[in-house]
Amino acid sequence: MDSDVLVVDDSAAIRKILQRVLRQTGMAIRTIYEAGDGQQALEVLESNSVHLILTDINMPKMDGLQLLAALKAGAIWRNIPVVMITTEGGEAKVAEAVRLGAAGYVRKPFTADQIKEKLVGILEPALPL
Amino acid sequence: MNLKQFIVDAINDSTVQVFSTMLGVDIAAGESSVETSAPGSNDGVVSFLGMAGTWVGNGSLTCSPLLACRVCSHMLMTETSSVNEEVLDAVAELTNMVVGGVKTALEGQLGPLGLSIPTVVYGRNFKTRSSGTAEWIVVRFLWDGEELVVKLCLTPQDRASHPAMHAAAQNCALEV
Repeated sequence: MDSDVLVVDDSAAIRKILQRVLRQTGMAIRTIYEAGDGQQALEVLESNSVHLILTDINMPKMDGLQLLAALKAGAIWRNIPVVMITTEGGEAKVAEAVRLGAAGYVRKPFTADQIKEKLVGILEPALPL
Repeated sequence: MNLKQFIVDAINDSTVQVFSTMLGVDIAAGESSVETSAPGSNDGVVSFLGMAGTWVGNGSLTCSPLLACRVCSHMLMTETSSVNEEVLDAVAELTNMVVGGVKTALEGQLGPLGLSIPTVVYGRNFKTRSSGTAEWIVVRFLWDGEELVVKLCLTPQDRASHPAMHAAAQNCALEV
């Protein structure tokens, strides 16, 4: 089954890069939705179902940790795996993301292989790299 | 510990890694210096990122419009010949990753630090100033003849709250 993914980052550049990298992984991905912050992400989720969320941490309005907490606090979206992709590589942020229920953590800068490695087991691989 | 040298090494490591991973470009480690005087006028693109914690400061990245377009082209794989929103966004993200890498390295020495959202300025003949900052550690990189300058200033939080006293004392905040 093809998967739908939501990419959340305030940088349009990173969203564009993640779109490209996700396609490069060869995984069966149908639609990649985009949001510029946590609030926009929740709006996207109101009208679309997704199988995975990749989110930055450091964003205006609602950051990635706040988004993660909001998702896990509700009944509807709590089972969507959330992978944090961020420059915030400190132990405290990692521990907080894990505590809140993040499925994984990738530090920027990243390669397509690092993204794929993190997503294996979360999304079904369609094709090998 | 010589924190200045640690920061220079962290800037070099982070910049080289980000260029290699995100742009597919091998860039050589840069020449470093310490600037204590007010910077002169700028032309081109400057991107800033604030840091806060027990130490506070700023990281910045400065480059020409040509280099900014080149960064965007390599990062997003789209040809760009003039500075537009996409170019500024790419430079902001480059700054975020370079300074973020430095911040992560520094946290092992200085404790947790937070990062602000990047701010990018593009123009001609403008000056920048960071309130209360005595010293900037500067590392200059070259990419096909174009210069990319990464700067970082960092001060213990208690000194930053009294910038005038700190500047007058001429203490070096970076020797710990």
